[in-house]
Amino acid sequence: MLIAVILALAAGTYGFRAAGVLLRDRLDLPEWSRQLLPIGAAALLAALAATAALTEGGAFAGYARPTGVLVGALLAWRRAPFVLVVVAAAGSTALLRLLGVP
Amino acid sequence: MLRDVAAIGAAMVAVGASFGAMAVAAGLPVWATVAMSTVVYAGGAQFMAVGLVAAGSPLAAVLAGLLLNARHLPFGLTLGDSLGGQRWRRLLGSHLMTDEATAFALARPVGAARRQAFWLAGVLLFLAWNAGTVLGVLAGGAVGDPAALGLDAAFPAGLIALLLPSLREPETRRVALAGAALAVLATPVLPAGLPVLLALAALIVPLVRRRRSSGTDAAADPDATRDATSGQVVRAGEASC
Repeated sequence: MLIAVILALAAGTYGFRAAGVLLRDRLDLPEWSRQLLPIGAAALLAALAATAALTEGGAFAGYARPTGVLVGALLAWRRAPFVLVVVAAAGSTALLRLLGVP
Repeated sequence: MLRDVAAIGAAMVAVGASFGAMAVAAGLPVWATVAMSTVVYAGGAQFMAVGLVAAGSPLAAVLAGLLLNARHLPFGLTLGDSLGGQRWRRLLGSHLMTDEATAFALARPVGAARRQAFWLAGVLLFLAWNAGTVLGVLAGGAVGDPAALGLDAAFPAGLIALLLPSLREPETRRVALAGAALAVLATPVLPAGLPVLLALAALIVPLVRRRRSSGTDAAADPDATRDATSGQVVRAGEASC
């Protein structure tokens, strides 16, 4: 049973991944829809970042995580190096949790 | 670039370790835990599947995991030949596609730079996730809670940093912000995975604008122009109602 779950998940996930890549060759997409693809990808990534920053299991994630993400986002906006953005976000959240902020 | 990927890779080793430790603690055999990270290779779906399998709902584990991973289809459409020209590169590269690898790639200009970024991030992050899983299986309960290290804030912050340059373009910024707002608002009411897909609904505005403008371009003959104009009059009338 377990192996069936793993194989089904693996096949389905790979199917989604490869389908987009291979379809891109087959579909003769008009220019306007080609322009929309990167905008759509940006919307998906922004939605991932926002839901991961603010929610956990369908509810509010608490204050420590969004605050850390905000620190990282501000540093990124000020063009800080990427490594600093990631470390500062994690560090701020860890520090807040250490202080007892949920 | 290598240093940037390494920063996310380090966080991924730690989260992979927590997956390995959690899966074994939930009663999953070692082979299944390691196999999941190798052949499924999708963090969110893996955590969710282990929870649902442990709760005795294998079918739900598959459906929920696939819903969560459906976003890879539009990612693949956007990346297209950024994975490389040869067929084997597209087939192998597809398996390495994650949110982070996609974000690293799309942050680079189309061409060799984007292809290189995708493969560097794809291979390194795959190794990091799988090495982490094995570490977690071996260390078991000795693996700390990644939340104590604030790693749950590291991933969204990294995504935002990679996304910021493309948000300088006003249309992309509007659509991305609207999509993110839609997703957050929908999260309490929709099953995991759907809210993020809902962000694509924000494409409606640029879609309508482009179709309308391409319609006006095509309207070289006077009849079509009149049609387009009367169409807009109707719309203006509706707007005033």
